[in-house]
Amino acid sequence: MFTNIKISSLLGTLLLSLTLGTFPVISFAATGYGGPYNFGMPASAAEIALIDIDAMPDGRGLPSGSGNYQKGKGVYTAKCMGCHGADLAGVKGTGAAALIGGRGSLASGKPKKTVESYWPYASTVFDYVKRAMPFNAPGSLTDDEVYAVVAYVLGEANIFDKSASLNAKSLPMIDMPNKDGFISDPRPDVFNYE
Amino acid sequence: MNDNSSNNDYDKKTRTLIQGMVEAEEKAIASRKKQAAPEEECECRDGMFPNGKTPPIASRRQFLAATASGAAAIAVGSAANAAVPAGSMDYPVQDDPSKVQGRLTNDDGGYGSRSQFETESRWRFPTATKESSWTMTPLDSGHGIVTPSGLHFERHHGGIPNINPDKHELIVHGMVDGARKYTMEDLTRFPSVSRFHFIECSGNGLTEWRKPTLKTVQGTHGLTSTTEWTGVPLSTILREVGVQEGAAWILAEGADAAVMTRSVPIDKAWDDAMLVYAQNGEAIRPEQGYPLRLLLPGFEGNTHIKWLRRLEISDKPFMTREETSKYTDLLDGGKARQFSFMMEAKSVITFPSGEMKLPKPGFYEISGLAWTGKGRIKRVEVSVDGGVSWQLAELQTPILSKCHTRFRFPWRWDGKPTILQSRCQDETGYVQPTIKQLVEERGLDGGKYGSIYHLNGIQSWAVAADGGVSNVHQY
Repeated sequence: MFTNIKISSLLGTLLLSLTLGTFPVISFAATGYGGPYNFGMPASAAEIALIDIDAMPDGRGLPSGSGNYQKGKGVYTAKCMGCHGADLAGVKGTGAAALIGGRGSLASGKPKKTVESYWPYASTVFDYVKRAMPFNAPGSLTDDEVYAVVAYVLGEANIFDKSASLNAKSLPMIDMPNKDGFISDPRPDVFNYE
Repeated sequence: MNDNSSNNDYDKKTRTLIQGMVEAEEKAIASRKKQAAPEEECECRDGMFPNGKTPPIASRRQFLAATASGAAAIAVGSAANAAVPAGSMDYPVQDDPSKVQGRLTNDDGGYGSRSQFETESRWRFPTATKESSWTMTPLDSGHGIVTPSGLHFERHHGGIPNINPDKHELIVHGMVDGARKYTMEDLTRFPSVSRFHFIECSGNGLTEWRKPTLKTVQGTHGLTSTTEWTGVPLSTILREVGVQEGAAWILAEGADAAVMTRSVPIDKAWDDAMLVYAQNGEAIRPEQGYPLRLLLPGFEGNTHIKWLRRLEISDKPFMTREETSKYTDLLDGGKARQFSFMMEAKSVITFPSGEMKLPKPGFYEISGLAWTGKGRIKRVEVSVDGGVSWQLAELQTPILSKCHTRFRFPWRWDGKPTILQSRCQDETGYVQPTIKQLVEERGLDGGKYGSIYHLNGIQSWAVAADGGVSNVHQY
């Protein structure tokens, strides 16, 4: 008798999961593997290091090296200014974004999203410049050049001291103006449920 | 009706964006009309774009074939032939195909192409560079639920890399017991799955928040496409490498010039994520990530990283450029929603739709697409009176999870002006909202249009007394 109850409640759970549409996921995750297969090869630390270029807000992934505003101005003038402009406002027609300005504009009804006004982490600037800039030669800057040009942009944005050295230690300490500007996704946010 | 408001309250960048979209669509419409003789009137379904394409192009092609029949064979094999639509070849056209032999078997090199009489094509948003740009799927001419591989919408941030699959590797590392690298040959050895799923860019419809802006359904909804994808469940790879305690996010990275990156919650990876190498039965197209793409069913398109080269397992999100400065939803008040992955339930009538013209009163089969990132479409309703009354549409099977579902509704048009709408409900019970509801909820009213993503409101098409169909807002 007791066993029967257990079975029926188990069936109930199964039926419930079928109704909710979760059953395929369960069967997929629980029975779909069938391994280990051991295809592929171990990846060595050296192989990973070649392409592991990301940097995280807490500083993980930032390489050694350093740069400052003054050096960054040179890098910017030579490799960035053509598209982003001498005023860092973006040259019309190039598609390049404005890098500074717009602070305090997000709630104004005419938001201006820039590195200065919108980007929540300095690590994102480093990461993006290193992986994808300059547009005509992505990934071509040395780590020192990336640190320097980030120091220049953040210096122009009045976020980072123009005389300080930007490196793996100082970069994660930077508080970006919009660091608390993001909330998690609350959707569904419109309820017409029937 | 709310189509008198302007786009002036958008920020400058969005205004430029929208203006560019309008101009690109105008160009596409003009070129479609140019391909037709102006005196041609539409009488059949295929010709319901005014000055429809089929008969005029046929006569033009016949003319060309007749004057250059000997030279026509030379054109065969040229990759980009300006004389015929993209994806087709310039073959001779017979006056009476029953009286002469047709072209030779397998003389196409062993890979077929579409008829040169078919003109559907993607059109591009005129961004400043062609490397970072996007194209729209012509949903208005689509049938069924599958998008032809060559018409799948595109969004590239650093051009389309041309990758030799023999040299491509996927490295999986981070919080794993053993980091591994996989060649394409390795990946195709794993047990595989094939699934039909849509991918929709969260920017789909970005021009339509404030007022009806683009004219065609290709413009308003063309950033969604459905494909049969084949590949390895990501959960298989996670088991192979051994995910460590505390892992919560995975960084996915592409091998394109943008080295595109997004952080993915590990629950999604365990659930139904796939590493796909095939699209509609053949290798995925270069524009779709050849030779390997991450597929996250139901999540916004940008997260489906193309040309996938690296997965790094971590405890925290990586806060990449795309998930902080770009694909976030700025709301009234200045806060922005982040990691808004889910593509919520949405539907649209694709026939009849903007810029088409119904030749006369009478019977028409209304048809469209519905989809949701949360599972299956449960029902679709159609209104033929501007939302006063709603009736159930017929859903075409198969009705698949996180996939376009085709709906149909028989309609007799009495010749009077009216408004056509569709709204869908998904299996969670969620019902597609109106654009007005979305605007009210997200605080976008009063000129504050910071967010341009995740518009899934009800689309309205006005039918005029002369049969012309146009994009309107109707709440």
